[in-house]
Amino acid sequence: MARFVAKRIVGAAVVLFAISVIVFLIFNVIPSSDPAQNLAGKNATPTLVASITEEWGLDEPLPQQYLTMMRKIFTGDLISYEGREDVNERILEGVPATFSLCIGAALIWMFFGILFGYLSAVRAGGLLDRALTMVAVTGISIPVFWLAAIFLNYLTYQLELFPSGTYVPLTENPAEWANHLFLPWVTLAIGFIGIYSRVLRSNMLDAMNEDYVRTARAKGLSEHRVMSRHVLRNSLVPIVTLFGLDFGALLGGAIVVEGVFNLDGIGLYTFESLVNQDLPPVMAVVVFGAFFIVLFNALVDIAYAFLDPRVKLGEAAR
Amino acid sequence: MEGRSPWYLAYRRLRRNRVALAFGALFLAIVLFVLAAPLWASRVADTGPNETHTTERVEVGGEQREVVNREGRPIGPLWLGAGGKFFLGADGRLGRDEMVRLMYGGRTSLLVGFLSTLIATLLATTLGLLAGYYRGWADTVISRSLDVIWAFPVTLLAIALGLALATGGLQIGPLELSSGSIWIPILIIAFVYTPYMARPIRGEVLALREKEFVEAAVAQGAGPLRVMFGELLPNLLSTLIVFFTLGVAQNMLLESMLSFLGVGVQAPNTSWGTMIGDGFELISTAPLLTVVPGTMILLTVLAINIVGDGLRDALDPKSKVRIEARTGIAERKGTAV
Repeated sequence: MARFVAKRIVGAAVVLFAISVIVFLIFNVIPSSDPAQNLAGKNATPTLVASITEEWGLDEPLPQQYLTMMRKIFTGDLISYEGREDVNERILEGVPATFSLCIGAALIWMFFGILFGYLSAVRAGGLLDRALTMVAVTGISIPVFWLAAIFLNYLTYQLELFPSGTYVPLTENPAEWANHLFLPWVTLAIGFIGIYSRVLRSNMLDAMNEDYVRTARAKGLSEHRVMSRHVLRNSLVPIVTLFGLDFGALLGGAIVVEGVFNLDGIGLYTFESLVNQDLPPVMAVVVFGAFFIVLFNALVDIAYAFLDPRVKLGEAAR
Repeated sequence: MEGRSPWYLAYRRLRRNRVALAFGALFLAIVLFVLAAPLWASRVADTGPNETHTTERVEVGGEQREVVNREGRPIGPLWLGAGGKFFLGADGRLGRDEMVRLMYGGRTSLLVGFLSTLIATLLATTLGLLAGYYRGWADTVISRSLDVIWAFPVTLLAIALGLALATGGLQIGPLELSSGSIWIPILIIAFVYTPYMARPIRGEVLALREKEFVEAAVAQGAGPLRVMFGELLPNLLSTLIVFFTLGVAQNMLLESMLSFLGVGVQAPNTSWGTMIGDGFELISTAPLLTVVPGTMILLTVLAINIVGDGLRDALDPKSKVRIEARTGIAERKGTAV
């Protein structure tokens, strides 16, 4: 077990290093114009560009430039030249709102994904199954930022069903917190509900052909018990793995959802920086986001190996 | 009994799938709609997608109306009130014809979706064949590099590339693209989608290369190239067709999101994503400017997804693709269920 954990951690460290190099290449090497000019933002003056070149060591060799960039990102030295703000401070401030959004959305999508997938599989081929499949495909096909804009306009502005405006901290007023987050949760969850219900449906259909299901039926268990205790339970395992991967990937959706609903989190900060073509915040968000996801996945894998030793064996066999 | 080719059988299965056929027809209708853009622009609307009409007036039922009024509000949909001019109204302060932009924007959206997926498919097939056929160090190098891109959250990677290249332009060796080039979003999307395809393809090649027909080809003296492209590739076709179709849907959504965020398609080009971005600023006064292009994206992506599902059911009734799905590989982005 210790070997598996060590291997997984070393693997994650290598990936983290590679990711940091890719981010460096993306921002400082691939673009054909002067990186200092790009970093300075829209209102770049020659003096500012010159001082950025100096500060970032942009006339030094590439490995040196890479180290300077990473030092800036990880020591909190990074500032946005657009608003002269400390980037990492702004990102930290946004954590509660973004986490509230992502966790709430995840709960909603897991609940409905499993519910719809289960109903679809139990009634496979029937009217309900076909209707739910259609709903799921539609959910997958909707651009999430557009759905956010439509909800915002018709439900918040026109019908005034939901409050407009920014994030209310949970500690301040739990009811308002949920009230402000409800629509963003639903928006972010819809696409994932479509994906998860279809994955669960196909997993369950495969599981129904397994021997242990036949055995359970032969023992005389009720159909309901066979479905919920035997088929559903075994089909949930890959869903949990998938959840580990997607929870991290939520950040992409959070950018547009927070941007449209004006929720004061990391997503909104990124959204505004993109609109202003302000590079340093995006740089930091991409590095931290990718790091968070890689570490999160490594933890999920390790937790998994503790729960299910076959995972470890599978790793060894590969 | 007469022998029938697997392709013919697949065609028969697809023909029986009425839902997929109906959505296939919808997709064709959308393609015809965007192809008709120059016709509508020159014959009906008498303007181009980027021509501004800020200070002009348009005659509606004998009455002169401003295209953009004093408060900067654009004219709403006139339908056929002005002989097809400003059918969907104007797009904002600049007073451009929304309908003309919708048709030209659709061309860009479909073009980016198709070309990026085509490039990703070619790259992924080559990488998958090389890694799966040669195994050993070629496989290690290819698989590990793909793993790194894979570990990156797709949207974050695409956004980072989009922002860096939209501000700086691209220069890799002889390849030089200006920051507004339409090829930038195409290449970015192709780049981030490649690992999602290459991994399952590699898996399939690994399984296929152990089959007897490969052994037979080698016994006949076939070299690696002939085995890869003459023997293995034809057997991958059904998987590739399914991945390609579902990939176009996925990539059109990614393009629209990047363009909405201002790091995808750049002016003067327009796509449905950039149109939503422009329309969103006016959402409370002119919601149609957001509703219409979004509905077009939804319908197009939905049609492609349903046709893709139908193709998979027809080509692969036992669903090989689904095996990948169980490990969460193909499923992750909703590419195959």
